Formats: sequence, structure tokens, C-alpha cells
Amino acid sequence: MKIGVFVCHCGSNIAGTVNVGSVAEEALKLPSVAFASDTMYACSEPGQDAIIEAIKEHRLDGVVVASCSPRMHEPTFRKTVERAGLNRYMFEMANIREHVSWIGKDKDANTRKAVDLVAMAVAKLTQDRELTPKTFDINKRVLVIGGGVAGIQAALDCADGGLEVVLVEKTSSIGGKMSKLDKTFPTVDCSSCILGPKMVDVAQHPNITLYASSEVADVKGYVGNFNVSINRKATYVDWAACTGCGLCMEKCPSKKSRDVFNEEIGTTTAINIPFPQAIPKKASIDPEFCLKLTKGKCGVCEKVCPTNAIRFEQKQETAEEAVGAIITATGYDLFDYTRYEEYGGGRYADVITSLQYERLLSASGPTGGHIKRPSDGKEPKDVVFIQCVGSRDKSVDRPYCSGFCCMYTAKQAILTKDHLPESQSYVFYMDIRAPGKLYDEFTRRAMEEYGTKYIRGRVAMVYPKGDKYIVRGADTLMGAQVEVEADLVVLAVGAEAAKGAPQLAEKLRISYDAYGFYMESHPKLRPVETNTAGVFLAGSCQGPKDIPTSVGQGSAAAAKVLALFSKDQLESDPQVSVVDIKRCVGCGKCIQTCPFGAIEEMDFRGMPKANVIETICQGCGICTSTCPQGAIQLQHFTDNQILAEVNAICQQTPAQNLK
Amino acid sequence: MPLPGILCPTRQTASQRDSPKAWPTWPALSMQTGKAKRIKAMETIHVNSSCDEAFIHAVENESGENVSLCYQCGNCTAGCPYTDFYDIPVSQIMRLVQMGQRETVLSCRSIWLCATCESCTTRCPNNIDVATVMDVLRHMARRAGKNPEPQVKTFCDSFLASVKRHGRVFEAGLMASYMTKTGRILTDADLAPKVLPKGKLGFTPHNIVGKKEITEIFQRYNAEKNS
Repeated sequence: MKIGVFVCHCGSNIAGTVNVGSVAEEALKLPSVAFASDTMYACSEPGQDAIIEAIKEHRLDGVVVASCSPRMHEPTFRKTVERAGLNRYMFEMANIREHVSWIGKDKDANTRKAVDLVAMAVAKLTQDRELTPKTFDINKRVLVIGGGVAGIQAALDCADGGLEVVLVEKTSSIGGKMSKLDKTFPTVDCSSCILGPKMVDVAQHPNITLYASSEVADVKGYVGNFNVSINRKATYVDWAACTGCGLCMEKCPSKKSRDVFNEEIGTTTAINIPFPQAIPKKASIDPEFCLKLTKGKCGVCEKVCPTNAIRFEQKQETAEEAVGAIITATGYDLFDYTRYEEYGGGRYADVITSLQYERLLSASGPTGGHIKRPSDGKEPKDVVFIQCVGSRDKSVDRPYCSGFCCMYTAKQAILTKDHLPESQSYVFYMDIRAPGKLYDEFTRRAMEEYGTKYIRGRVAMVYPKGDKYIVRGADTLMGAQVEVEADLVVLAVGAEAAKGAPQLAEKLRISYDAYGFYMESHPKLRPVETNTAGVFLAGSCQGPKDIPTSVGQGSAAAAKVLALFSKDQLESDPQVSVVDIKRCVGCGKCIQTCPFGAIEEMDFRGMPKANVIETICQGCGICTSTCPQGAIQLQHFTDNQILAEVNAICQQTPAQNLK
Repeated sequence: MPLPGILCPTRQTASQRDSPKAWPTWPALSMQTGKAKRIKAMETIHVNSSCDEAFIHAVENESGENVSLCYQCGNCTAGCPYTDFYDIPVSQIMRLVQMGQRETVLSCRSIWLCATCESCTTRCPNNIDVATVMDVLRHMARRAGKNPEPQVKTFCDSFLASVKRHGRVFEAGLMASYMTKTGRILTDADLAPKVLPKGKLGFTPHNIVGKKEITEIFQRYNAEKNS
């Protein structure tokens, strides 16, 4: 076998702490190595051309590139060797950047380690076999999980691109957090005026199937062929019959149901349509508060409903959908503001969250858009906003910045002045983070035109005094402790991962960070992709995001799905497990251990044997380490290939070990 | 109406300003023996009750500057050559004005020690004329009867009296007046051997041509002030 070795400088990334020239020289001494050289940037066009030229000139059978992580450039170099006529699996990568040059400064030691890693890669390559991917058909339907603005955008873009879309929303209406907002920064345009038409488009689009009040229960399959079960919660109303007339809401005698849409400022009726612009505009019954469902009496809604849509006996149902790709847009939840006991949230009626304040500002909110204190219904004069409630605070395990609170606080301060010209707003802040287009100008406007007093410092405590509240904080710019008498205190609560996000991630087999936010494939270059093929991300499920970014990501994820579906068939990865039928004893351990259900039992001349379903196998390799016979082998990572690497690193001369 | 340029030393060109030698000196500074002590730790500020909106508007009206433009970057303090002698740095004075802390601002020494060198004004990223704001605060403090730096006030008074009498400053007369009123006989005496041979310190006043008009300016100012 003739192997070529290419040692990359990566500018000074590798060459700075590794003697790449001598790595190439040492590589040339290895058996089977017919050619070795060092190159400034192996991934660049001249770098790749040099590899192709060497393959042709020296008639190489395989190539080792010693450079960065295979996660970065393995696909690049596989294409390179393929262009030169080799099988793309006759290529190995030695990671001498992340594993060597970036972690050590001792040039001699680094060089020795780089030589070892190259020797391992060469040893494995001598055992490598040509592999050929298979092709399979794609189901060109897409599932969008979450009907907030990111999910809506993704669904509409996919649907406009001609795909069939299944949109699953947990609550009884799409719209998400944005539908609760009064106005949006930095243009102060009405939230429902810009979101409403999009929501209607979702309802009317022939390509979109909307499941509201539904959750994804299970996901099976793989890119191109997912099977999704969706739990459709009981709403106790036949939505096919319900016209959304709202008569039931008028007559319902149980008025203590939690008003989730209005962030629990006040209560609502047990049967309700969450808000006038709801999509779908259908009523559902809160079983905890419905008198018929709790006590067996009442049934007023059933009597008044003009279309006889009430179904007290309704049960949860499961729907099955087959799709080829999934966009996750599950958004975020708010930090539990009662955790800051010193602010009195939850104890003092007039200490409210920013989202509750949005509902007070909104014309469709419980106060009809008039700012009134929850305690006595009076108009506040002095309004204090406290920023970073659950952001940038390690003591509550929320060290990250929620990103949008500075902006919505400035917006709320501006709207407060618009609603109540005699009012005075104060904002306690740590830093003002306003990096978007026209964002800083907007926060400056709150100060310069609307006279909002920004006070740089955190708040230590809020306590009642008469019918007011004393907010004690610091003004670090004056260098003094300050106290502000407030009629209303608004806590700018930060964002945290949506409840249940980790559980959904496990169903989708995608990873999430320590806070429950989903991990993108690459923070810069693959921001809406996950490491699971066919699963994409949009919006705040990946981390706190404002509306423009969420919409941008919704469109980006849709573009990724459309690109994926632009082909009729996909290639499967041949790095899957293969059973040696002669060795297999049919013990079934691999079937039990496979996390993807990719191995089934089959009958082979009357004997039970394991059989790998290639399209489902993810190549994790758990079965290979479970099999007592060594009968199941992961292609491209066979026992022999890995042992070749182990031998290469262990079979050293005593002189080398003494170094 | 303040009298910009009369209370202040000669305005300088930008090139002069950049040279450390060109900084004007107040006589008051020479009596400073070391870094001024910071004013006592501030008590809790009750924002609603102590924020004097009328004061903020008065400062804005008199200076023609919008103090809410200040975003507290600190560039004024960073460039201020006198901040070592200040009790409150100039950026913090801007903050105190934003928060309507009239008493603290008008009682501080910094506004009297400011030499109106205008490096704050030159460097302000929001184009606030900070030096003028300091000037306005000094006027307001004076009108309010605040006088934390009597020698600076005496120097200003002596300077103005000299201008009023001669149409321009008569240096020797100014020195004599200042020394008599403050008893600081030897102030800047070491400069005399350098200044005298250059003819910078004449023993007789040189009246200007428009002396009468200058006197009228003073009269008009006093009439306006008293009306």
C-alpha cells in the first residue's frame, strides 16, 4: 500500500508549536508511506491541489492529513481524495491542532506527539477498506415543533417552498411570546399587527397542518424518514364544529381559571379562547375549573353552543405523522422571578414581571391597555424597572445575558410615558446591551426624549411603605446608595430554556447545554443545524433571541430543509454496523443495547441472527463492544483498525520511551 | 446671563491646549499642598424627593446643553488636568446634575477649581460643552452664596474689577489687590524674575481704547442682574 502524508502548518496555529517539517520527515520513514510533505494550508485550494497531484504522481492508495479536528475538515479532504479517484474512506486525519499545538507549548514534545498521531493514522489507513454509501428516498414533509414567531416563519417558508408542513403547538393557539407583547422594539410597531397576518397565513395555507394543544410524544427514524407521534390533548371541544363565536365564554359561570395568556393577571373562564386573534380560534375547557368536569353539574356551554361542539367525554388522542425533517422552535420560558425574594415578587401585588406589564400595556389585555396597579387599580406615577432579574447572575445559576431585556425595558419605559405623560420611569441596570440595528439609538431615546432615569446599579431590596414601595439600590456613577419611591415595580425577567426542553431533546437525539438550550452544530458556521441529521433549530430554543433574530433563524432553518429536500434521494453513511453471520450466535445482546432500535432478529436457516437496519444505525458502536463474539463490527472502526492504531502507539523503541 | 470669557482665562487654540505647558493656572492651586480630600461619603440619596428637576432645567437653559445626552463614559474626567485637585470628578458632577443633586453640586469645590481648559468639551463624544456646564454651575453657586474656595472667588473679583477699571487686566494691580485681600503675599513671587524682564508685568496700567464701552458692558450687566 502506498500512503501519502500531508502535515499542515495551519498558518502558525500548528507550525507555531510543532516542527511540521520534521513530522513529515519522520512520517516518510513509516512503512507504507510513499510520500510526505508539509503544507501551509492543506484545506486551501493549492493545498488540496497538491494532495491530488501527489496522489496521481505517486499513485497513492490512501492519504493522511495531519491538521485540525476531523469535525472541521474531514468532509473537505474526503472530497479531495475522491476528486483524485480514491474512495473517500481511504483517508485518515490526525488532529495535531486541537490535540497538540493548541494545548502544549513544548515544541519538542508536541512534535513527538504529532509524529505518534500520524503513525496511528497511517497504521489505521493500512487496515481501511473502501466503503460505498447507499441511497434512500426522502419523505419531503417537515415537522415544525413550536408555533412562536420562529416556528411560524419556518412553517410559512417551508410551505411557500412547496413542502407539506406539520406544525405542532403545545398551547391552544400559535403566536408564542410575541402574541403577548404590546409593541416591539426598536420601531414601536404593534406586535399583533405584524404577527397577526402571519398567524392567519398559517391557518389558511393549504400546505400547513396545524396541531394546536398538542405535543410531540415520540420520534423514531432518521433523516428523510422520521415517524412522529403527536399527543393531541383533550380540549373537550370538537374543534371541527367550534366556530369561535365566544358565546360559551360569555355564559361560563366558572371564572377562576388560570389566565395563562395574560400571564395570570386576573383569571378567565373555564371554557375560553385565549385571545381574540387566537389561531386556531377555538374554545377549550380547563378541566381543573370546569364545574361539569369537576362536579358533574353545569354544562351551560353545552346548552348555549350553537354548533353543539362541546364534548365533555373527549380523551387525549395520538396522531402519527411521517416527515423527512424536523425544525425545533420551542422557544423559552421566563425565569422564576420569585427566586429573588429581596424584590418581593409574588409577595407584593405591584411587583410584576415585564411580560405581565406587556399585558397591562396591551389594548387587548385585561385592563384594556390602561396601566393600572394590580393592588388597587390606580395609575402609577413612579415606575421602577429592575433589569437582569435572572440574567448575568451566577448565584441563581443564570450567568448568561438574556439579550433582549435591555431593549424591551427601554420600550416599556417609552410606552409608560406615552400612556401616562405625568409618570416618571426609573431603570436600574448593570450595562445597557443594545447591539442591534437602531437599538442603541432607541435606548438613548428613552433617556433623552422620554426622560427615563437610568440608574447604573443593582437593586438590593424592595419593601412596602404605605401604598408605595421603596426600591433601594446603588447608583455606581454617583457612587451612592439610592432609594426610589415607586408605585409599580417591573422586573425585567430573563429567559431560560423552555420547560421540558431536555426531554424533547432526548426524543430528537439532539444535545443541549447546561441550561437546557439546544446545541447548534457549529456556533458560527452551522447555527441552525444540530448534530443529528435532519433536525434543525430556530429561535430561542438555542439561546435567548429577539424577534428579528428568531424570524431570521426560522427562515434559515426553512432554507436548510428546502436544500436537504432539493434531492430526491439521500446517501446513507456507510459507517454502520455489519454482522458477520458466521460468528453471530444469536444471543440478542446487541438488540437490547442498541439505543436506536437499529438491530432486529432474523431467521437464518432456522437459526436466530442479528440483522442491522442500515438506515437506522447511527454508527455509535455500542453493539460492537457488547457482542461477546466480536461478530458485529462498525465499518471504518473495526476492531482490527482500532488495534492497528493501538499497536502503532504502543510499539515504540525503548529509546523513544526514554525521551 | 453668564459672562463667558470674562470669568475664564483666555480661550486657547487646540494646539496650545495639547501642550501641557499651555495649561492656565489658577492662583488658588498653588496653595494646595496635596491631593484634595474626597467629600465625605454620600448618604443614601432619595431619588424622588431629592431630584431637583428645576435645577436640571436651569442648568440646561443657562448652558444650552442637554445633560441627558451624557452617557457617563468618563472621557471628560479622563482628560481633566485638574481632577487630582477636585473633590468630585467632572464626569460625576455631570451624573449628579442628571440626578438633580443641586446641593451636592453647588457646594463642591471642583466647579471652582475648573480652569475651563475645555479638554472635557473637546473630548466629549456627545458634543456636550462640559466646560460651559461647569461655568454655569460656578455662576449658580455664586448666586446661591456658596463660596467653598474663597481665594478663587477673590481672584475672580479682583480680575473683573481690574478689567472694569482699565478695559483690560492690569496684572500688577490685580496681584496687589489679590494679595491684599487674601494676605497671600508671596503667591507666585518666584515667577517675578522670569516675567519682569519680558515686560509681561508692567507697573503702570495700559488702558484700552474702548475702556468706556467695557465699563458700559459691566453697567448693563449689573442693571440686568438687578432688574
